[in-house]
Amino acid sequence: MTTKFISIEGIAKRYPAAAGGSTTIFEDLWLSMPSGEFGCIIGHSGCGKTTVLNILAGLDEPSEGTVIVDGQAISGTSLDRAVIFQSHALLPWLTVMGNIAYAVSSKWRKWDKTKVRAHAQTYIDKVGLTGSEHKRPSELSGGMKQRVGIARALSITPKIMLMDEPFSALDALTRGTLQDEVRRVTLETGQTTFMITHDVDEAMYLADKIFLMTNGPGAVLAEIVENPLPRDRSRIDLHKHPHYYALRNHIIDFLVTRSKTFTATTPHHDPRHVPVVRPAFPEAPTMPSLHSATR
Amino acid sequence: MIQSLRFRAAVVSIAIFLAFIGVWHLATRQTASVGTMSPEYAKLMGLTATSGKSAMPGPLDVGAKLWEHLKRPFYDNGPNDKGLGIQLAYSIGRVGLGYLIAVIVAIPLGFLIGMSPLMNKALDPFIQVLKPISPLAWMPLALYTIKDSSLSAIFVIFICSVWPMLLNTAFGVAAVRKEWINVARTLEVGTFRRAFTVILPAAAPTILTGMRISIGIAWLVIVAAEMLVGGTGIGYFVWNEWNNLSITNVIIAILLIGIVGMLLDQILARFTRMVTFPE
Ligand SMILES: Nc1ncnc2c1ncn2[C@@H]1O[C@H](COP(=O)(O)OP(=O)(O)OP(=O)(O)O)[C@@H](O)[C@H]1O
Ligand SMILES: [Mg+2]
Repeated sequence: MTTKFISIEGIAKRYPAAAGGSTTIFEDLWLSMPSGEFGCIIGHSGCGKTTVLNILAGLDEPSEGTVIVDGQAISGTSLDRAVIFQSHALLPWLTVMGNIAYAVSSKWRKWDKTKVRAHAQTYIDKVGLTGSEHKRPSELSGGMKQRVGIARALSITPKIMLMDEPFSALDALTRGTLQDEVRRVTLETGQTTFMITHDVDEAMYLADKIFLMTNGPGAVLAEIVENPLPRDRSRIDLHKHPHYYALRNHIIDFLVTRSKTFTATTPHHDPRHVPVVRPAFPEAPTMPSLHSATR
Repeated sequence: MIQSLRFRAAVVSIAIFLAFIGVWHLATRQTASVGTMSPEYAKLMGLTATSGKSAMPGPLDVGAKLWEHLKRPFYDNGPNDKGLGIQLAYSIGRVGLGYLIAVIVAIPLGFLIGMSPLMNKALDPFIQVLKPISPLAWMPLALYTIKDSSLSAIFVIFICSVWPMLLNTAFGVAAVRKEWINVARTLEVGTFRRAFTVILPAAAPTILTGMRISIGIAWLVIVAAEMLVGGTGIGYFVWNEWNNLSITNVIIAILLIGIVGMLLDQILARFTRMVTFPE
């Protein structure tokens, strides 16, 4: 396993501006993630998170720079990189089974129908939708639809899962259960996952690394926060952990104040070597290591 | 509540129908005074006028005649005397053929226009100019080039039904939600498979709406076209019966044109419901 399974190398995105010039959403963005890690990107609305994710997915192209996944520069979309869309994006004329089978048969074109359905069924079971196979998306609740989206992404056994605010449209209770499921499944399968969220607690529960982006336009990746909470953390007990408030305050502080002032106050920020911090109680960062934190 | 609304609506419908028949009956029952009619018109209208009975048939006359037609819809006594069933079959056949050709042309072309912004821009001026032309304006040109009256009628049906289908298909295809296209893209689905598995089902309701508009126009146009080209068909029948001064038959034909038009519309409406998906 390389330490740079995903490597975003100096990408920029510019859009033509009204007055002839161009607006830079972000530029010179470097970011990397090892295999099996869960990364969350947090930043204010409009800073370019979706754009980064879409470039990673291959749905959008950077104006400059490249993205390297598993040693190869990406071009266009790939079955290796599954996307869970914010709006779930299920095909409404297909059933739950039909939606997942569509993905499965797209990946394994030579499989016959029974094999496709059997494979799809295991993922339907995995997300707890057994019994709803023949329902149309319109007959499902928001949470169930998002489960189908997750099952569809998982069913093609991608190398990377990309999620754009997958739970933001759900109520808190459903969101919680789905977070549990995503955490369970990604830990089980060692899935490399990249997720956008606005929910600090969600990031703290799910992510190994949290990428903090400053406000756009001209957004930069300001800091990489390593999650000091133990790997076997549970959502319910998260706030009881000694490092919980240190981590949470650090992120909130960034979002509330530093995200606006960062560019002005940090003139020597090197986008290729973004500082890695590990907020902890009672004192400053220790050497980064995933299992060093104790309960 | 819904049930009772439907029931009450049916009662009102029947009441309106009976009132209409009643008024019609009363209006045509009295003898019109021959004196007030211009002598030329009286001569033209022949016996019906001079005998003092109204020239306009009453509902009972129409009913009796209709019963006669319904008893033997498919008789064929030469070119000017065929059963109504045969005449309708000719018209439906022409509409069906012209419409089918239009479907075969309009849907693939609509896909092309909807999927390719270049073709959309390139073909737009032609469509804008051709679309507003009355289908009957094509008739002389069609007769001159095709040299066959029946085929010309089919061509006219084709040309009038092609536009709503073409425009609706292009619009439906272009308006397919980006996220559904993105799903297909992330699954590396090829263009061809994408067209059939994502774009076609997503655009189907819009396409079917266009097809439904088209069948309505085609049925409107066939009557006029057959009046012009003559020979066979329900349009020709109307014209022929007018020349025979059989207003009864004209009324019956009008009734049947309405009913067939409604049935064609209902069939397409049913197809539309079949492909419509709830979101
Ligand atoms: N097609 C486009 N043309 C011009 N500007 C665009 C276009 N698409 C996006 N942008 C701009 O790019 C910026 C980043 O958009 P993006 O959707 O990536 O933001 P985001 O961080 O995902 O925001 P949110 O949290 O609200 O989803 C926004 O300021 C937006 O206005
Ligand atoms: Mg976004």
